[in-house]
Amino acid sequence: MTKYLARHIVRFALLMLAVGLVVFALVSMSPIDPVQANVGQAAYVNMSEAKRAQLASYWGGDVPFWERFANWAGALLQGDMGTSLRFNAPVSVVIAHRAANSLALMGIAWLFSGALGFALGVAAGARRGGALDRVVRSYCFLLASTPTFWLGLLILMVFAVQLGWFPIGFSVPIGVSAADVTLADAVHHLVLPALTLSVTGAANIALHTREKVVDVLESDYVRFARARGESELSVIMHHGLRNVALPAVTLQCAFISEVFGGSVLVEQVFSYPGLGQAAVTAGLGGDVALLAGIALVSAALVFGGNLLANILYGVLDPRMRIGEGRA
Amino acid sequence: MLEKANDGAAAQAASANKAAAIAHEQTTHKDAQLHHHHTHAATSHHDGGHHLLQVEDLNVSFCMYDEDAPYFQAKQRDVQVLHGLSIAVHAGEIVAVVGASGSGKTLLADAVLGLFEPNSTVTGRIWFDGERMDAEGLRALRGHGLSLVPQSVSHLDPMMRVGKQVEGFANALSKAERKARREQLFERYGLGPEVARLYPHELSGGMARRVLLCCALMDDPRVIVADEPTPGLDLDLAVRALDDFRSFANEGNGVLLITHDIELALRVADRVAVFKDGTVVEEAAVANFADPALLSDPFTRALWHALPEHDFAATASTDEQGRGNASIDKGGRSC
Amino acid sequence: MEEVLHTPVQRSRGNRATTLVACIAAACALAIVVASGLVLYSQATVTDFTAKNLAPSLAHPFGTDWMGCDMLSRTLAGLSTSVLVGLLAATVSSVIALVLGCAAALGGKRVDAVISWLIDLMMGVPHIVLLVLISYAIGKGFWGVTIGVAVTHWPSLARVVRAEVLQCRESKFVEVARKLGQSPARIALHHMVPYVLPQFVVGLILLFPHAILHEAAITFLGFGLPPEQPAIGVILSESMSYLSTGAWWLAVFPGLALMATVLLFDVAGQGLRKLVDPHTAQK
Repeated sequence: MTKYLARHIVRFALLMLAVGLVVFALVSMSPIDPVQANVGQAAYVNMSEAKRAQLASYWGGDVPFWERFANWAGALLQGDMGTSLRFNAPVSVVIAHRAANSLALMGIAWLFSGALGFALGVAAGARRGGALDRVVRSYCFLLASTPTFWLGLLILMVFAVQLGWFPIGFSVPIGVSAADVTLADAVHHLVLPALTLSVTGAANIALHTREKVVDVLESDYVRFARARGESELSVIMHHGLRNVALPAVTLQCAFISEVFGGSVLVEQVFSYPGLGQAAVTAGLGGDVALLAGIALVSAALVFGGNLLANILYGVLDPRMRIGEGRA
Repeated sequence: MLEKANDGAAAQAASANKAAAIAHEQTTHKDAQLHHHHTHAATSHHDGGHHLLQVEDLNVSFCMYDEDAPYFQAKQRDVQVLHGLSIAVHAGEIVAVVGASGSGKTLLADAVLGLFEPNSTVTGRIWFDGERMDAEGLRALRGHGLSLVPQSVSHLDPMMRVGKQVEGFANALSKAERKARREQLFERYGLGPEVARLYPHELSGGMARRVLLCCALMDDPRVIVADEPTPGLDLDLAVRALDDFRSFANEGNGVLLITHDIELALRVADRVAVFKDGTVVEEAAVANFADPALLSDPFTRALWHALPEHDFAATASTDEQGRGNASIDKGGRSC
Repeated sequence: MEEVLHTPVQRSRGNRATTLVACIAAACALAIVVASGLVLYSQATVTDFTAKNLAPSLAHPFGTDWMGCDMLSRTLAGLSTSVLVGLLAATVSSVIALVLGCAAALGGKRVDAVISWLIDLMMGVPHIVLLVLISYAIGKGFWGVTIGVAVTHWPSLARVVRAEVLQCRESKFVEVARKLGQSPARIALHHMVPYVLPQFVVGLILLFPHAILHEAAITFLGFGLPPEQPAIGVILSESMSYLSTGAWWLAVFPGLALMATVLLFDVAGQGLRKLVDPHTAQK
């Protein structure tokens, strides 16, 4: 078990290193010179000489690539992600602040779409070919072809503009100081973006869960369970859920990547100040340090999710458990 | 008013069923040998007057695209896989259905257990212990009189401990009674108490076979349908593995053994039904296989000649796997 | 008592010929969209300040925008751009997938490990973030988005190709061909290609919807096609400024049109898969 764990953690570290390299290479390739692009920004004007030198040592055109990467990665490992020129603050501070908003949004969407998708998938798979199955399948099919951001626009138009039930954007009321924002305010602003993400996400999870359920129901062991007189409900409760749970865990962990990608679009539509919106601002404004930082955070989340899935697999799947059983 | 009419119709139908059942019950072997399609073995006896399990004129077909037609012009049509199949299991006997692998024998097990593929059409008459069964009746019999012993460990839920699976979920016993009965069965079949804590993938081949048998016996059946219960065992081991079925049958129960291995069938069964092209061509006591003259069907006689101990024709194969099956495989139509 | 124990739950209606007709109809519809978009390309940018912000009417079924452009022409022109970008990107992506999938299946253990690691790496950064990065690296515009979509969409298809080639290589008929002394090239051409090709084509068609949706998304964010080019992403991103004024048609119709286009590709791909896949061919 320890060995299994260690192998996955090493893999995680290697992948993160590779992502760091790729991200750095990509932003270095850019025709946009971050120093030039931000000369006019307040952050650059007010910057100390030392900070300017640091900026040049990461992104300056006259320093060799590997040296720059070493500078950047070295500082990163010590927790220094550089300075965001757009937000005039250390990248880590910007990310921490934004992540709080984003994690609330993504967390809710992740849990909600997971639960809803799993329930729909199991129900549809159990009654394959029935009315509910057809409804769920059409829903999934339609949602797979629907651009997330357009769905967000529609939801915004209906619930915020036409009905006026929810605010049009942002995470808190405008003109209210941070100290006065209540939880109710925050939730009120969170509902529509979370709904958009969940509706899309649930379709995805439901479709995959349904396929797993169908596979399980066609398995030999379910045939045998039926042959022993178990009812359809008993088969689903005793064998279906048990065998669908593991793939569902994997699905749910892999789904982190989709939620993050979706949140970039949804945050843009709802002007929700999260990581995704910051990434767009950074990308459009040539804020390399922040863009690279957010890319790394997203990769860490995704790989972290995969790592979690693998560990859970090791714990939950009897076939993977080592050192138990046959003595 | 309407209800009454329905009641009346139902009662009429019920009495008609009863009449049909009684009519069948009253048929004796003396005056209806042909009706029963089979000869008897020494051990066969009709407890309560009749067969434990009787299948008559079973047809199974599937709605499929015509394989031979051009792809886009192909029409869906019914492909007949089993037709006019009849077989009977008496109390106290093992009846072996012998046919080539992949020739559709398993469909017989499915039909008897009331497990139907969605795109199939199944017709026929099935009696259990003298009583005529419809689809609902067959469903109710699953685990309550009729039990399946499947081929391999893949029929056990990979995520559930063996003990819990053997105890099952559908029988009428309480939790404690199930556990007690399971422990008793485990002891009888030489499975240690620690086996209950294992997962299916941790079982050895022999253990898995006994566990699957325990699953079936747990539900206290009258008839066991065993679908290739000894895969990969050589003949002597397979015969020994089937001892448990012998003792089950000797207690006055019935076993329908489905196998591709004629030699195994002749060693352990009381009667052998030869399955070819989707039907049983001959259902005869094992004793009849002593002499081809006692066999009526030409295919069965050809089969007799193909047995290694009668190495009469060149078709006789001593190859481990093809042992005795060479000619069956030639005749069997895959579906 | 009835002798019938079971009858088919439902005779399947979806028959092969109908599926084929549906595929062809979908392909025709797509061709019409692209062709009309190309024809209307110049008309899409014609401004008419006397007809600004009109709600849908017979003259302008999709309404007009704040410069008086006809939204139907803009939408069709935008769709054809999206479909063309999607086609190009998906084709390049599928070639990458084919090469890497075959290499993984045939190149030995080490190559396989490297490629599967590469796939993990690609899957590690969310698509949209990766597209933003690539667009930042290459520069915005047509090539940025096309290259971005092309280099990010191959992993799933590469896995399919790898699995198919592996299965084919281990199959009986290839083994027999090898024993008969056929050359590897002949085996590849006569046995592997016919086996893998159908799955590959279906995979390619099912890539289009993803490619088109991601192109629209990245353009919507401001990283893809430039604002002067007709693109659905541009239209929808512009429409955001007019939502609060009640100009719902600016967002609803172009989005619906995009969804319908993507759905057509999906219908065609799923239909073809059903025909090609032996598991569903009998249904």
